Amino acid sequence: MCLAIPGKILSVDGDDPAFRSARVSFDGVVKEVSLALVPAAKTDDYVLVHVGFALNVIDEEEANRVLEDLRTLGELADAGPEP
Amino acid sequence: MRYVEEFRDPAAARRAAGAIAKAVTRPWTIMEVCGGQTHAIVRFGIDRLLPEALTLVHGPGCPVCVTPVSTIDAALAIAATPGAVLCSYGDMLRVPGSGDDLLSARAAGADVRMMYSPLDAVKLARENPGLQVVFLAVGFETTAPAHAAAVLQAKALGLENFSLLTSHVLVPPAMEAILGSEDNRVQGFLAAGHVCTVMGYREYEPIAERHAVPIVVTGFEPLDILSGILGCVQRLEAGEPVVDNAYARAVRRDGNPEARRVIQTVFRVSDREWRGIGTIPSSGLDLHEAFAAYDARGRFDLGEPEPEPDRGCISGLVLQGRARPADCPAFGKECTPDHPLGATMVSAEGACAAYYKYRGAERVAGEEQA
Repeated sequence: MCLAIPGKILSVDGDDPAFRSARVSFDGVVKEVSLALVPAAKTDDYVLVHVGFALNVIDEEEANRVLEDLRTLGELADAGPEP
Repeated sequence: MRYVEEFRDPAAARRAAGAIAKAVTRPWTIMEVCGGQTHAIVRFGIDRLLPEALTLVHGPGCPVCVTPVSTIDAALAIAATPGAVLCSYGDMLRVPGSGDDLLSARAAGADVRMMYSPLDAVKLARENPGLQVVFLAVGFETTAPAHAAAVLQAKALGLENFSLLTSHVLVPPAMEAILGSEDNRVQGFLAAGHVCTVMGYREYEPIAERHAVPIVVTGFEPLDILSGILGCVQRLEAGEPVVDNAYARAVRRDGNPEARRVIQTVFRVSDREWRGIGTIPSSGLDLHEAFAAYDARGRFDLGEPEPEPDRGCISGLVLQGRARPADCPAFGKECTPDHPLGATMVSAEGACAAYYKYRGAERVAGEEQA
């Protein structure tokens, strides 16, 4: 129930914010998703989708930061025991 | 798939597990709140990567699991009403009420329809003015804005044949209830990532301070969970009971303001009964008086709630982290996904279902582990 899946906005439709929707691609599978909860979302954004609604726009920089932190973890570990 | 595969990299997972092992100097008990996290942990074997001294305890973050029996009985009563259609997420359909479940009712002729989104129910109502369409609105804060937005759409469309049968629960009061119980062993939490996508994490700060527990907002992929655990362990070892965000690509401190706005417009906080646990004050959401017209409880004559029969299900203890699925004498024997005694074996986020599905030969209670 808490599972939300990331997808990429291909196109946006609708002027009324409550009915604004997008075609979102989940690795090639395209579904119609409501953008009512993310008025600032636009084409090419990645969004987290839950029960037919986009819940937020994924922050690419933050995603890269976590992956980079995990890479650095490895470097520290490989460097051997603490002096 | 972007934002999925990168967070499942096995080499990074091993590095994170190594860092956790190095950081742990004494026993700690951490609870992951969300059932989706429980499933990821069991599915990817994350618990097996962790040092012995670290105990992961599964929490009550399974909204299907905690929906009261009386709500399922109400759904059954609606489904049995001529001209009414009961629409629901898939895993609610197999949870037993005081008698049967919704799937059996459908087999017997009731109009029960499985839906992916509450918007599908709004569409059904719009296209079928002669039907009374009711959506069984179950969920935590993650799903509440979707239900609220669906009600607002129905209102904008002037629909008179759409209503919600709500069963909404809130996470922070559940965490407080667990921390406040006498035999609580939980020392740190992995907060539910998508609940926080909606609500932000400000409301966890007083909990962390008052109970001196670190809380880390955590996602759902293996690397997210390992990062969350590592962060929590570091704070426990340093004695720092603060709130951290290990899921920053999806969570901001103030959450999603528009989502919070629609929740506040359509719902109000109420006391709520949690199946297997009891009533937790101010832990649920009901429809606001201004939206009473969309409350199925007002539209249908639902009668008095039946008492829940004792089927031998210990899911209440499992949901509070006080028992494991394998502790239950019925696990894997009388209680299986095909024949569930309780909700934790049915739900996609239930702990019992996770262990049954992913732990194969170990799953039958009482058998020696290889």
